[in-house]
Amino acid sequence: MTAYALRRLLALVPTWLGISLFAFALSTLSPGDPAELILGRQLDDPPTPQQIEAFREEVGLDDPFIVQYGRFVAGAARGDLGTSFRSGEPVFAELASRFPATLAIAVPAFVVAFALALLVGVISAVRRNSLIDHASRIAALLGDSVPSFVLAYMLIIVFAVNLGMLPVAGRGGPEHFVLPVLTLALATTATLMRLTRSSLLEVLGEDYVRTARAMGLKERTVVLRFALKNALVAVVTVAGLLFAGFVTGTVIVETVFAWPGIGRFVVDSIFDRDYAVIRGFVVFTGTVFVLVNLAVDLLYVRLDPRVRLMSERSTGGR
Amino acid sequence: MAAEMTTERHELTAGIGAGQPARGSLIRRLLRDRLALGGLVLITVFGLGALFAPLLAAHDPLTIDATNRLAPSSWEHPLGTDQLGRDTFSRILYGARWSLGTAAVATAIVIVIGVAVGLVAGFYGGRLEALLMWIVDVLLAFPSLVLYLAIVGTLGPGLKNVMIALICLSWVAYARVVRGIVLSMRERPFVRASRALGAGNARLMVRHILPNVVPPVVILASLQMGGLILALAALGFFGLGVEPPTPEWGTMINESRLFLQSEPALMIWPGLAISLTVIGFNLVGDGLRDVLDPRLGDHR
Repeated sequence: MTAYALRRLLALVPTWLGISLFAFALSTLSPGDPAELILGRQLDDPPTPQQIEAFREEVGLDDPFIVQYGRFVAGAARGDLGTSFRSGEPVFAELASRFPATLAIAVPAFVVAFALALLVGVISAVRRNSLIDHASRIAALLGDSVPSFVLAYMLIIVFAVNLGMLPVAGRGGPEHFVLPVLTLALATTATLMRLTRSSLLEVLGEDYVRTARAMGLKERTVVLRFALKNALVAVVTVAGLLFAGFVTGTVIVETVFAWPGIGRFVVDSIFDRDYAVIRGFVVFTGTVFVLVNLAVDLLYVRLDPRVRLMSERSTGGR
Repeated sequence: MAAEMTTERHELTAGIGAGQPARGSLIRRLLRDRLALGGLVLITVFGLGALFAPLLAAHDPLTIDATNRLAPSSWEHPLGTDQLGRDTFSRILYGARWSLGTAAVATAIVIVIGVAVGLVAGFYGGRLEALLMWIVDVLLAFPSLVLYLAIVGTLGPGLKNVMIALICLSWVAYARVVRGIVLSMRERPFVRASRALGAGNARLMVRHILPNVVPPVVILASLQMGGLILALAALGFFGLGVEPPTPEWGTMINESRLFLQSEPALMIWPGLAISLTVIGFNLVGDGLRDVLDPRLGDHR
């Protein structure tokens, strides 16, 4: 298992390198001289050419691209994402300090999205072409088509402005969590809902399900005990895909609801032309992305004995 | 997601070879699908709105009328006016030009790039293919909004940079699909026969592979038009899209944020316009997929 985990991790390294290369190459395209930008914020007077020259020398801005990228990757691998132009603090610390706020809405939203997807997905598979099935199909279409910021504002208009039940934005008591979590969950659940439905339908056509039914087991037992368990393997794997929806969702939701997480921080940094933070954010998200994928891979191995046996065989069985 | 679905199988279209089903029957089948028809109607409505905006709009979308700010809907202003007294209906109409026009131009460009890269990667293989597919995998795997934000955030807002971002990130899906088709067809008897008869790579690509690439590319284009419109709107919403006086839907939503509590309608109209257009493209994309490649659809 450990050997398998290591192998999966190694397989994800090229992706991580690709993301970090993208982030680094992009930052070299930023308009203006970074030395001037950074010094301009650190010093009270405009920097002199000598100061700029000395700074370029010190930070290594005149080194060839590949050398600078190598230095950046070596640093990033150790958790050093450079220094924020704006605050002078390490970018990693800035992001890490805001990450809990992001998780505070992302984790409950994930739970809600997953529960909703299972519930509606199972019902619409078992009761095909029922009202719920049709409703979930419409919900999936809307989930793919309505931008999450539009969804967020619609929820605000209904629940905060018209009904006055919930706060419009900001962070505070539990009532502040409702709309951001709901937006994020609704925006991501649709795909998972349809996937649960289709993989359950597939499993329901299998021989062992027919056998279970032929043995006279209750339909409820057949669906929940036999079919769902197997259908879930596919669903859990794709939960990794939800990651993209969540990153996108948190950036938008945090902007709409003025939520102090990393998504809003990076949007603020864009307007501050804090390129170090933009670059750091891409690498940070890339790292989380790689870890989530690794976790999903390993979960998959645990859930599906066929994959488990295969991975043990190929790593020597130990 | 769309990309993965389309890479799976092309046996159906491939089996038919270059001989596609008659064009008439294809369109008729698409029209018989009520959802796809609905999508087509939505796209047509917004398309015509965009095309004939100068004729349909009673007002200039940019003309400010300080005496008539935030007016409710009336015969004169069917959807009311915004915080600067500009006619919302006219702005929505002209907004269709920006959204559909930008997405259409970007789609045309990325199809050319994506198909070319896919053909080259599939045909020549080796290190070039490995390099190209590495780029494709990285860009497809990663949440695209982060990459859009990174590109436009670094280069600065405005139509030019938004276009650069859309093009940089959208060709990859086509490249992956086309490469998949090339790989599945390269060793087919009729392709090998043609090669044995002396056809070069260029001729093989254009004569035998390209026709089979068309159906999946059309499906992908329809689904991706929706994605591009969403990306454009999201960048506009962040204040990074087409610059303010321009009536772009996402930018309009961004401008109306200040009036969310007093004038929610300012946000609802552009939000509705974005959603309906994207629903249209998604419905047509799904319908096309069912007609052109039935095995790719979900279990309806």
